[in-house]
Amino acid sequence: MTRVETIIPANKHAEPILSIRNLSKVFPLQSGFWDGVIGRMTGLEPKAVHAVDNVSLDVRAGETIGIVGESGCGKSTLARILAGISQANGGQFLYRGRDIQDYLKNPRDALKIQMIFQDPQSSLNPRLQVIDIVGEAPVVHGIIPRSQKKDYVLGYLEKVGLGAEFLYRYPHQFSGGQRQRIGIARALAVNPELLICDESVAALDVSVQAQIINLFMKIKAEFGLTMLFISHDLGVIRHLCDRVVVMYLGRVVEVAPTERLFSDPRHPYTQMLLEGMPKISLERRKFLSIEGEIPSPINPPQGCHFHPRCAFRTEHCSQKRPDLVSLEEGRHIACLNWQGTSPPPIKSGGGYAQSENA
Amino acid sequence: MSEPCANPQPSKPETLLEVEKLNTWFFTRKGVVKSVRDVSFHVEKGEVLSVVGESGSGKSVTGLSILRLIDQPGRIVSGAIRFNGTDLATLSEEEMRSYRGNRIAMIFQNPMMTLNPVQRIGDQMAEAISEHEDLPQSEVMRRCIEALKAVGIPSPEERMKAYPHEFSGGMRQRIVIATALVTQPDLIIADEPTTALDVTIQAQIIHQTRKLIDETGAGMIWVSHDLATVSELADRVVVMYAGAVMEIGTTAEIIGSPRHPYTQQLLNSVPSRNEPGKELFQIPGMMPSLLSLGEGCAFASRCSARRPACDQPIPPEHLSATHTVWCVRAKEEGDAA
Repeated sequence: MTRVETIIPANKHAEPILSIRNLSKVFPLQSGFWDGVIGRMTGLEPKAVHAVDNVSLDVRAGETIGIVGESGCGKSTLARILAGISQANGGQFLYRGRDIQDYLKNPRDALKIQMIFQDPQSSLNPRLQVIDIVGEAPVVHGIIPRSQKKDYVLGYLEKVGLGAEFLYRYPHQFSGGQRQRIGIARALAVNPELLICDESVAALDVSVQAQIINLFMKIKAEFGLTMLFISHDLGVIRHLCDRVVVMYLGRVVEVAPTERLFSDPRHPYTQMLLEGMPKISLERRKFLSIEGEIPSPINPPQGCHFHPRCAFRTEHCSQKRPDLVSLEEGRHIACLNWQGTSPPPIKSGGGYAQSENA
Repeated sequence: MSEPCANPQPSKPETLLEVEKLNTWFFTRKGVVKSVRDVSFHVEKGEVLSVVGESGSGKSVTGLSILRLIDQPGRIVSGAIRFNGTDLATLSEEEMRSYRGNRIAMIFQNPMMTLNPVQRIGDQMAEAISEHEDLPQSEVMRRCIEALKAVGIPSPEERMKAYPHEFSGGMRQRIVIATALVTQPDLIIADEPTTALDVTIQAQIIHQTRKLIDETGAGMIWVSHDLATVSELADRVVVMYAGAVMEIGTTAEIIGSPRHPYTQQLLNSVPSRNEPGKELFQIPGMMPSLLSLGEGCAFASRCSARRPACDQPIPPEHLSATHTVWCVRAKEEGDAA
C-alpha cells in the first residue's frame, strides 16, 4: 500500500531538520500459531492496527509543532517513532537528510533527539540520585569527563529551576512538577536538537502546568531547540506551538499554522474538537451534542475514518480515502468535501447543532 | 419511597445537603495530615456544586467524607454532614449503608476500576437496585434500561448483556453514571468523572450530566481540577486550597469576579487566558505541607498581598448572599492581586 501523498512542507525559509514521508506503523494483532495457520489457509488479510497510517511531515529547525488528537489517533506512536524508540514498518524517515536508522548508529548522534514523557514518576529510575539521572548519559557518551559531573549537573538543574540541595535526592522525594523538571534537565544535559514532549504537562496541576510550560518556552529559546509537542489539550497547544497537526485514527486530517487553525478550522473533525474544548466563560454554554464515539482503531471505518461522525458526509466519503491536499498556503486538509466545511457550521446553525434526542 | 421530584422548582431552592465545619484528618506516622479543615458548604436540589482545587487541596477527601468512605488512618474528626436533615456523621455503619449507592451515589474517575470486569453490566446495575429495594425483576430491568437510555447508550436492551471490556472508555463512564442513577439518588457525588476521557467524549458527558440534573432535580457535587469544565457545568463553585475553603460563590461570581488571590491567580495561569506564546502567569512557590499548617491562611506563603493578619485565623467575608471569601483583603476596593 504505497501511495504518494501531498507533503506537509515546512516553512520554505529553513531546511527541514526532520522529514517523514508516508510513515506507517502497523501492529499485527494475530500472534498465536493457529491464527497464522488460519490466516494462510483463508488468505484473509490479518487483523492489524494501523496506528500511524501514511503520515508525511516536515519539521524545520527552531519550529514548535503540536500534534493533537484523541485516544487511538496514533500521536504517541508517531512520537515514539520520531524519538527512535520504535520503528516504522513503512515509509521514509530522514533526520538532517540521513535515514534515521543510519543516523542512530552513532550513539552521539542519537542523543540529538530526546523525549520527555507524560509521567515523570515512571520515566525516572527510582534507585538513582538526581546527579546520576541527569549526569550519567553525558559522562557515558564522553560529553564531559566524570570529574566535572557535579558542576555540569548543577548547571542544568539551575536552568530548570532546581537548586544544589536536590543533587543527591531520589525521585520519590520530589513533587510531580519537580520530577518533570528533572526529566527536562536529563534531556537537556546531552545537548539535544529536537525535543519530543509526549503529554508532558498533562498530569500536572494547573499552577504547576503553567510553571512547566514557561520552562519549556524558556529552554526552547535558550537552547535553540526544535520541539514536537504532543497533547490532547488544545489550550496548551495553542499557547506553545507554531503549527498544529490534527490526527484522527492514525491519519493526519488537518495541518495549519496555530492561529489559523484555531480561528478558522476547516476539517469537520478539527471543528468538532475545537467545539468540544471546554472554555472558561461566564456564558452558560449551550451544549451541542457531538455525535458518535471514536471508532476502534482495529476496525476503522472505510473511506474517510471520520465519516460516521461527520455532519457533512456524502456517499463517496465511505468509499474513498481523502488525500491530504493543500488548501491554502501552509494549510493542508484531508477531506473530500472541504469546500462545504467553511465557514464553520456551528455558526450557521447546521452541523452538530442537532438535539440529542432528535 | 421518596422519589426525587420530577419538576424542580427553581423559585424555591431546598437544601439537600449541608456540610458544616467538617474536619477529616489522617493520623500518619509522620504526623497529622489535616486534609479537610473546617469545610462548610451546602447543596440545593437540582443544582451542580463544583468543588475545585489542585492535588492535595482536599477536594476528593471532602467528597469521600460525605459518604463516610474514609479509611484508616484517616477519620472524620469533627463536623456535621446533614443530608435531608439527618446527620450522616453520627449514623452507625449499618445505617450508613442504606444511604450509600441509594440516596447518595458516587461516580469515580476511572470507570474500569468501578465496574466489575467479569460481570455483565446489566447484572451490576440490577445489583445496585436489589441491594436497597425489593422489586420484581421486570421492574429492575425496566429501570436499568431507562437509566442506560438517559445517558445515551444505544440499544440498551442488548448492551445490558455485554461486559465492561466491550465498551469504549466514554461508554463505560456513562454506564457508571447510569448505575449511579438506577436507585434515583437525591445526591450524586462525582469525583473527576471526565478527567480520563477525550475532549469530544467529555463534552458529551457534561452535556448529559447537565440534562440529567435538570430533569431529575437531584443535587450534584462535581469534584474537579478543571476550571473550564466547571465554568461550563456548575451552578456554584467551592474553591479549595490545602484542605480549606478559600472562596464560595455562584459560577459567575467565581469565574467573573473572583476575590480571593488564589482563585484569581489560578484562573490567570490557565493557558487560554494568556496570550499565546507569551510567558504564562504562574503562582510562585509550592503548596505547603499539610503536616505543618498554621492557624492562618494556607495560601499566605505564596500570596503577594500577604500581611500580618494573614497568620491569624481568617474570618469569612460575605460579599453577597452567595459569595463568601476567606481573605482579610476581601472587603477592600479593587482586585487584591
